[in-house]
Amino acid sequence: MADKHTDKQQNVSTTQQPEPSESKQKKNDSPTKLILKRFVRNKLALAGIITLLIIITVSFSAPLLTDHDPTRTDMLNVNAEPSDEHLLGTNPSGQDNFARLLYGGQISIQIGFYITLIVTVIGVVLGSLSGYYGGRVDSLIMRVTDLFLIFPFLLLVLTVVTILEDTSLLIFVVTLGLIVWPNITRILRGSYLSLREQEYVLSARAIGASDFRIMRKHLIPNAIGPIIVNATVVMAQMIILESGLSFLGFGIPDPTPTWGKMLEEARNLGVLTQRPFEWFPPGIMIVLTVLSINFIGDGLRDAFDPKSRSRR
Amino acid sequence: MYKYILRRFLIFIPMLFIVTVVVFTMATLAPGDPLTGEVLDPTVDPEVVEQRREALGLNDPPPVQYMNWLSEISQGNLGDSLHYSGRTVEELIMSRAPNTVYLAAFSLFITIVIGVPLGMYSARKQYTPVDYTATVFGFFGLAVPNFFFALIAVYVFSFQLGLFPPQGTISQPGLTGIDAFLDRLHHLVMPGITLGLASTAIYMRYTRSEMLDVMGQDFIRTARAKGMGEQNVLYKHTLRNALIPLITLLGFEFGTLLSGAVVTEAVFSFPGLGQLFLTGIQNQDFPLIMGINLIIAVTVLVGNLLADIMYAVVDPRIRYD
Repeated sequence: MADKHTDKQQNVSTTQQPEPSESKQKKNDSPTKLILKRFVRNKLALAGIITLLIIITVSFSAPLLTDHDPTRTDMLNVNAEPSDEHLLGTNPSGQDNFARLLYGGQISIQIGFYITLIVTVIGVVLGSLSGYYGGRVDSLIMRVTDLFLIFPFLLLVLTVVTILEDTSLLIFVVTLGLIVWPNITRILRGSYLSLREQEYVLSARAIGASDFRIMRKHLIPNAIGPIIVNATVVMAQMIILESGLSFLGFGIPDPTPTWGKMLEEARNLGVLTQRPFEWFPPGIMIVLTVLSINFIGDGLRDAFDPKSRSRR
Repeated sequence: MYKYILRRFLIFIPMLFIVTVVVFTMATLAPGDPLTGEVLDPTVDPEVVEQRREALGLNDPPPVQYMNWLSEISQGNLGDSLHYSGRTVEELIMSRAPNTVYLAAFSLFITIVIGVPLGMYSARKQYTPVDYTATVFGFFGLAVPNFFFALIAVYVFSFQLGLFPPQGTISQPGLTGIDAFLDRLHHLVMPGITLGLASTAIYMRYTRSEMLDVMGQDFIRTARAKGMGEQNVLYKHTLRNALIPLITLLGFEFGTLLSGAVVTEAVFSFPGLGQLFLTGIQNQDFPLIMGINLIIAVTVLVGNLLADIMYAVVDPRIRYD
């Protein structure tokens, strides 16, 4: 604890440019291998990745696990109790809840993934422009993020979704991506700001490398830790956000199932009090998925940047 | 410091202006206008509608409309609600805001009273069972969606155990004094905890990591070396410095609380701003939606300004920024 500052310095240089002595000690392990080793040693992160893989595998092998079509309504068989035929019963439209849980998982996870992809790309591009150039570009981008952050997130999303009226899957994902980007952009900008001052950037500039090349070859690869870690944070948030919007009735349109839409049925008091088997499983799935992603993110944070271990 | 506060204030004014432009733009992009209903009505003469549009200034160029709108809102006129006919937006907001303020205050109280001490304790007892328990709580607090937590709370505490009311703000009108207060509080417990859950986890983790950070710094070692008592080191030196960054977090808290309130109030049928906003959204009541957006954005803006000023007062180092 006492030598924290020197500790920090050493570790920062380890993650960015391993010193020769350090590498020799570790039998010439590459930085990537070191990161992987640290990650695997973290039991929570490992548990997270296993749980997440199970959830993904089970969701995406839905056709093998159930014969029911999650979108097919069966008016003769509404609100069925759990049985061998319908493991979790059926909902008020007679759709099989178990099939909805599996197929809903596919959609919820995919929505989270694609929004994260959009947000990360925007964050990396704008964050590197802002952090690298500084000055006017930086203030402009930062003022725009300020503006977005002033409007409470959910209020802004609900307002935009209502203005658009049409919320097909694609529009839904793109809209959320365009609203969520400011946070991650600010965080990545911070990373780039400190990377910009590194000697290797100066040396690259001295040899006459173009700005684009410096960003692509030096800044982005060295910021890969924060980029991936923040992507996990965003993905966890987006899965919760999607379920929240669906719960309020503003998700993607029917009949596509998602976990949030299954939970929406619990807004009916009858379902809430009498049929917990209908709303409890999707809720647990969301919690497990988000928990796993957060564990993975935390493990990655420690693996990329060992100094953060004490700060967890 | 005064220079900093002045500069911060000078940023506030253009931001306020931009916020009004954004809200106005969103309102303009929104489908329909106050006369849409009458355009679709075949018994109304289109010419009359056109005259009324002209009279209301709906045919003016957008900048003119914006200036008119700005002069209206600066006098506190946010327009008429479409869904609640005959009521103005400001009237609706004023009638619902107190409930949300109670809810938010209660939840903020829980957040600070539980989150900060828990984070402190966790940092002091790093790597002990208490610390791990707090960390697990932190992970769950962030992973459990607030509406799912609310559903479980209603299911268990209202319907299975019958301890807390599942919805509303008061059980019967006409209660006075301490009874009325306790009744309100009784109704606030579950929504308050639901709303505060994620923030409590965030404050806990924040306090913990800030405490650990400060504890590693030279002046703490110096304090210990001087022979200062552990209690003094902890409260006078560590905690005071660790709490500074929390001020920024508090500045944004109002926005976070309002986002959460939309969901929480929906589950508990709690008649506050969040529920009002959701009713507006469900009925495409754009004057109401934009009115709430504007009020909230301005409040957050003022909150950030106050947080920044407080930051400068508490931490004099900011001057050199």
